[in-house]
Amino acid sequence: MNERLLNWLSPVLTFAVFLGLWHWVAAAGMVPAYLIPAPAAVGRAIFTVYREGTIWPHLFATGTEMLLGFAVGSAVAMVAAAIVAEFRAVERCVYPYIVALQSMPKVALAPLLIVWFGFGLASKIVLVALICFFPVFVNVLTGLRATRPDLIDLYRAFGSSRWRIFWDVRLPSAAGAVFAGLQVALVMALLGAVVGEFVAAQEGLGSLIQASSLNFEVPVMFACILTLAAMGAIANTIVRFVQRRVVFWEGAGGRGGTVVKGEG
Amino acid sequence: MSAAILPMRRDGAQPPPQLSIRGLGVVYRGRKGDVRALGGVDLTIREGEFVAVLGPSGCGKSTLLRIVSGLIAPSEGEVMLDGVPVRGPQPSVGIVFQQPTLLPWKTVIDNVLVPIRAQGKPTGPMRDRALELLRLAGLEAFSESYPHELSGGMQQRVGIVRGLIHDPKLLLMDEPFSALDAMTRERMAGELQAIWMETRKAVLFITHSIQEAVMLADRIVVLSDRPGRVVEVLEVDLPRPRLADVVASPRFAEITAHLRAFFQVDGPLRGARR
Repeated sequence: MNERLLNWLSPVLTFAVFLGLWHWVAAAGMVPAYLIPAPAAVGRAIFTVYREGTIWPHLFATGTEMLLGFAVGSAVAMVAAAIVAEFRAVERCVYPYIVALQSMPKVALAPLLIVWFGFGLASKIVLVALICFFPVFVNVLTGLRATRPDLIDLYRAFGSSRWRIFWDVRLPSAAGAVFAGLQVALVMALLGAVVGEFVAAQEGLGSLIQASSLNFEVPVMFACILTLAAMGAIANTIVRFVQRRVVFWEGAGGRGGTVVKGEG
Repeated sequence: MSAAILPMRRDGAQPPPQLSIRGLGVVYRGRKGDVRALGGVDLTIREGEFVAVLGPSGCGKSTLLRIVSGLIAPSEGEVMLDGVPVRGPQPSVGIVFQQPTLLPWKTVIDNVLVPIRAQGKPTGPMRDRALELLRLAGLEAFSESYPHELSGGMQQRVGIVRGLIHDPKLLLMDEPFSALDAMTRERMAGELQAIWMETRKAVLFITHSIQEAVMLADRIVVLSDRPGRVVEVLEVDLPRPRLADVVASPRFAEITAHLRAFFQVDGPLRGARR
């Protein structure tokens, strides 16, 4: 009980100390207010942009880019990883290129994608999809390959088709790794959307940050940054929640290990 | 359904061989040259007979079982199941592995039904039978539990029940109790004997435990160190059911002593122990 209270209270305390320090720095006039506004000013800015609704179209644009890009990139990555895992010939032809591309910084493609797909949503969605592809691909492939061979033998001994083994054994085995990949991809999706907007965009939190930067509207920039942080945190929480529901057997006692009844 | 679980024992004439293995040899191709795992094994199992294959670790016992189940092909010799040569997977055989080998995302009953699913058949009609077998193994209360909620011994019992679900003619068991602690192991041997006496399947039981083999088997086949060859075939004439106190009987001691001689450090199988 006390332990739980302490776990809650400690980070809140850290935050209070941080706010206090921030306020003190701003109030003491050590730094000009247009560089570091007081926390109250930031709070007011956040309140204003939400109440007047100026931030909503931007939030909606960035959210759409992030989610659609994430969905497309992850879906393509999962199918690609499944094909590469199942067919050695495909693996031989494609895998070296995927490894090579993985180490390339995808954000470098942003200007090119804007040239190809325009200033609107499409260019950002493609960029986000590209960024999401690799973490998901690598994790799914690793997960599919890590399937316990004894489980596959069990199915093979009854003459199971490859397709059935994939659905019944390989895919559930890889589920934990799939979610690990999705978690990484989701964070990178937000990054991709914002970078894409930095390069060129009509809407989005990234473009609002840039516009505010030009006008020295630092409180608005803070409001956008905090909104992005909240979006990332919420998305991550949702993925973790779904993961615990779907891959319920992992972390509850491992993979077929001996666990005393009643635990978990 | 229960009639299918308890087939009648045909009395009278010698039953025909369920499994016959002749001149079975396996050579693994390794980087440092070829390794011979089995060298000319002959073995027959009659209907309803419990045969234990006893051998030191690394003698190719598990390889033998993988060949009979059709998972790998032998380099030489032949395996006949009910008079038909084994080529490829054998759905008419049940397998129990060293580890429980359960799918952690399936409930106990769905795990038991895996052999049906793996063959692409509907599992619905088999659920009653699955429940009945689970009852036989004392697991009916856990049919909707997940494997991680069970103890190691219970998981292995689920593995045994699964091996029986499709009413196999032959049950292959690959050191099924080796991952368990000594006490659980002894109890499991007793339970396996009870299940076997109910179902009377032909069993090929791979083990490196002399006690386990004598406790359970009608006949014991002793394999030598790698490459595994049959060095002794022994009928175990102890009456059934063999309860825990059979271990103390002079006949039991006699048989185990005879078998132990094959595995002594200065015996004919030098280096068998590791």
